[in-house]
Amino acid sequence: MTTTDERPATDTTPTARRWETACPLERLQPERGVAALFGEEQVAIFRTHGGELYALGNVDPRSGAAVLSRGIVGDRGGEPTVASPVYKESFSLVDGRCLDARGVSVPVYPVRLHDGLVQIGLR
Amino acid sequence: MTDTRHLVVVGNGMVGHRLVSALRDRDGRGDWRITVLGEETRQAYDRVALSSYVDGKSEEELRLAELADPLVDLRLGDPAVTVDRERRTVRTASGAELTYDALVLATGSVPFVPPVPGRDLPNCFVYRTLDDLDAIKAAAAAAVARPGPGRRSAVVVGGGLLGLEAARAMRLLGLSPQVVEIAPRLMPVQVDDGGGALLKDLVTSQDIAVRTGVAVSGIREEKDRLVATLSDEVELDADVVVFSAGIRAADSLARESGLRLGERGGVWVDATCRTDDENVWAIGEVAALEGRTYGLVAPGYAMAEVVADRLLGGQARMTPEELDMSTKLKLLGVEVASFGDAHAATEGALEVVVNDPVAGTYSKLVVSDDAQTLLGGVLVGDASKYSTLRPMVGMKLPADPVAMIAPGGVELGADALPDSAQICSCNAVTKGALKEAIGGGACTVPDLKACTKAGTSCGSCVPLLKKLLVDEGVEVSKALCEHFGFSRAELFQIIASTGLRTFTEVVEKHGRGRGCDLCKPAVASILASLGNGHIHEGEQAALQDTNDHFLANMQRNGTYSVVPRIAGGEITPEGLIVIGEVARDFGLYTKITGGQRIDMFGARVEQLPAIWRRLVDAGFESGHAYGKSLRTVKSCVGSSWCRYGVQDSVGMAVLLELRYRGLRSPHKLKSGVSGCARECAEARSKDFGVIATEKGWNLYVGGNGGATPRHAQLIVQDVDQETLIRTIDRFLMFYIRTADRLQRTAPWLEELEGGLDHLREVIVDDKLGICAELDAAMALHVENYADEWRGVLEDPKKLERYVSFVNEPGTPDPTISFVTERGQPVPTPRAGDPEPVLIGVPAFGRQEVQ
Ligand SMILES: Cc1cc2nc3c(=O)[nH]c(=O)nc-3n(C[C@H](O)[C@H](O)[C@H](O)COP(=O)(O)OP(=O)(O)OC[C@H]3O[C@@H](n4cnc5c(N)ncnc54)[C@H](O)[C@@H]3O)c2cc1C
Ligand code: SF4
Repeated sequence: MTTTDERPATDTTPTARRWETACPLERLQPERGVAALFGEEQVAIFRTHGGELYALGNVDPRSGAAVLSRGIVGDRGGEPTVASPVYKESFSLVDGRCLDARGVSVPVYPVRLHDGLVQIGLR
Repeated sequence: MTDTRHLVVVGNGMVGHRLVSALRDRDGRGDWRITVLGEETRQAYDRVALSSYVDGKSEEELRLAELADPLVDLRLGDPAVTVDRERRTVRTASGAELTYDALVLATGSVPFVPPVPGRDLPNCFVYRTLDDLDAIKAAAAAAVARPGPGRRSAVVVGGGLLGLEAARAMRLLGLSPQVVEIAPRLMPVQVDDGGGALLKDLVTSQDIAVRTGVAVSGIREEKDRLVATLSDEVELDADVVVFSAGIRAADSLARESGLRLGERGGVWVDATCRTDDENVWAIGEVAALEGRTYGLVAPGYAMAEVVADRLLGGQARMTPEELDMSTKLKLLGVEVASFGDAHAATEGALEVVVNDPVAGTYSKLVVSDDAQTLLGGVLVGDASKYSTLRPMVGMKLPADPVAMIAPGGVELGADALPDSAQICSCNAVTKGALKEAIGGGACTVPDLKACTKAGTSCGSCVPLLKKLLVDEGVEVSKALCEHFGFSRAELFQIIASTGLRTFTEVVEKHGRGRGCDLCKPAVASILASLGNGHIHEGEQAALQDTNDHFLANMQRNGTYSVVPRIAGGEITPEGLIVIGEVARDFGLYTKITGGQRIDMFGARVEQLPAIWRRLVDAGFESGHAYGKSLRTVKSCVGSSWCRYGVQDSVGMAVLLELRYRGLRSPHKLKSGVSGCARECAEARSKDFGVIATEKGWNLYVGGNGGATPRHAQLIVQDVDQETLIRTIDRFLMFYIRTADRLQRTAPWLEELEGGLDHLREVIVDDKLGICAELDAAMALHVENYADEWRGVLEDPKKLERYVSFVNEPGTPDPTISFVTERGQPVPTPRAGDPEPVLIGVPAFGRQEVQ
């Protein structure tokens, strides 16, 4: 995650990472996700009301539909979440785990703001 | 199983049914096999609620739980005709002979018809069974349909509880009722003179003529009607005469087989409900318990429980002095309750009366000579205190008796009652038993109903059950979610009155956190109902539920369906061609739906604007299939084409659909209009259904199809178009303001205190004085309606959302694919289909390993 005040992402993974641009920040309305496509990979990108950025895999594990970016963004007990639009399970934006089904999760991507552009860290 | 004994139950009424279910519940070893002989050809039904059959409840809805059990042999339409006690056999009308080990008589009562000349003429009825009501309905319909001027009328003989119920039913059937009561007041058994006088005023003001202190002395036929002569020589014209002048125990089987009878009829039984033959028992209205009969269902249920216990070797017995003869009912919108020693028959009893003719209420408490102990009471006009007062009978009063019944006086809750107080008198459930159930995990009213049976008969104790749950700390929470401590209805009030118009303001001032998929769409819907502009305007866009997000219904593979409005199901050939061409050009699957329109499936998000551009250009608009809002108004072809139609049902359906299109509500709304009583449009399975009559329109509300089908109930009858629309306007707005999130109209109406009568008071009689506000809200909606899809197409900012990927707007989602089925595209099945729940398993499994 990162914040829009240009703090760098706290990404400590040592492996080689390339940063790909998804869109300009203005394209990302608060609490409304967008999807981005990088090769085969689909990423859902969110901006919260407080201005933090998050990125998760876009595929909803239960339905297999690539739609998480179209879910409702909110919080559960203060933890930012997105609710899958298909069967309404909520996923943590922080670590991608499903809050309504044990052992289910979606991948999390590093995200940063660079020159007003939202960028995703891919391997 | 060789020593299984045989129980024969004569009578499949409410009490017989209760005995069989109680016995089957407790007889785990199967000691008894049971044969039930029923004279009526129908499954047992709720006779207490008989009158609701005229209001639109169906036989199925009135039916008691079915006794499908291998140990129960239910023989309907085959009454017992003789009992041979020597040989222990029962002979039935069909000639079958059954040998019994135990025999239970549960034959109930027959209506008493005074021996007046002419009482057997056609169109003279009694009011006891569903068959009676079918016959009355048919006669009333024939009278109403008969040509010629003048009102059609009914004479109801008897002004007791049943007579007033019957009078109300007659009014619902389109007849003008006149009640004739021989006693000097209405409901002489339940209320005193003061209560009776107020009751007469309240009843008369509802278009029911009342004559007390006179008897019907004869009935004759004149032309094609009846004339009833009264003891004061007045003559009343009538199309239908209904006798409800009391009941007599149906004790002929006992009489003929030489069993002991009560002095005033009924089969004599002791406190264990046993007759003077040790193998024969009697329960319910036919039983004369230690000589006295009881005409209410609660004592009958208690008797059934005692006999079930005795048959299994138990020691239960009746305590007749504790039998509760209290009643609370709501007739014609008038509440009447009496309990305990209502007539102050106890030695030295004092009466405390608060009479408020302006408010239309009369309350009386009967207290002991020292004014310390409550003995009974009568409440007319407002019986809301009944559920707390009744259980206090015999107890020390917690406050001054006048304060307890004065308007704005002491508020009484369940906590004022000791554990021994009976909260549900129908099923004899004490406060202690309820607290135990709550301790054992029951936390809702339905839970309490299921494990204690409390509240399952007359329902008057349900408010007290709710209070008890709150008192015991098991909150009946209506809070929307963790972000708001309010119900949807409360939140609606807050938003409407504070003028807050964004989610951020609402959650910061009245909630916590940033919301979720429960409260955000709820707030979005409230804002939309209050007319907050396009639902994708500004911050609102982020609140919308899955389907509202892209103004289309998301399907399981992430594609969308496209549904243009086809108001009333009426469409031109040109319109059909446009839809066909669009579907063909975009490769969409098409299906005609139950709502009489055409859905196109399989559109990808980035295709939606182009598809809608074509549709909007051809004159179509959003059908709101995606919204919690009005879906469709279905119609039959009506008088334009149909030989039977009496009104233009299609025209009305189009009018209604265009009026309410786009109206956001707590859940989806469906409607239908039929052109005559044949009801081809199935309007009564809708949230609001309209059926044409010769004189205008009937409006039914609160129906739905789906998993728990409900029939809509009649709220206004034979009204003109203007009244019809005004009533629907108010119904919808009142529902939108007060329903819970995702609560459809049927459960909403069920939970509404006072039910249909209350609803009618609010939206027809304007009892709460809110109709002007409701009307204005609907006028605002109608005025501000704008097609949501046109709104998107005209706004580049909104159109920007309709892309597959922000970084590659034109690339279709690679996970979407189709196969062809019956000549049309459908989503490619996933591994594990057709068990949709398991589809996710491969992905789940992979994650679990990590
Ligand atoms: C319109 C109406 C409103 C009422 N409102 C209330 C109310 O608000 N509160 C209340 O407590 N009570 C009310 N009652 C009374 C309540 O319905 C009765 O107390 C209750 O139904 C009695 O049950 P039961 O089984 O004894 O008799 P029933 O329910 O009458 O059942 C007796 C059954 O036995 C059958 N039978 C008779 N003879 C034979 C035979 N030889 N062989 C086989 N079958 C036979 C009859 O056909 C009938 O089906 C109302 C009754 C009516 C009609
Ligand atoms: S409801 Fe009546 S008018 Fe409509 S199609 Fe059926 S028969 Fe004809």
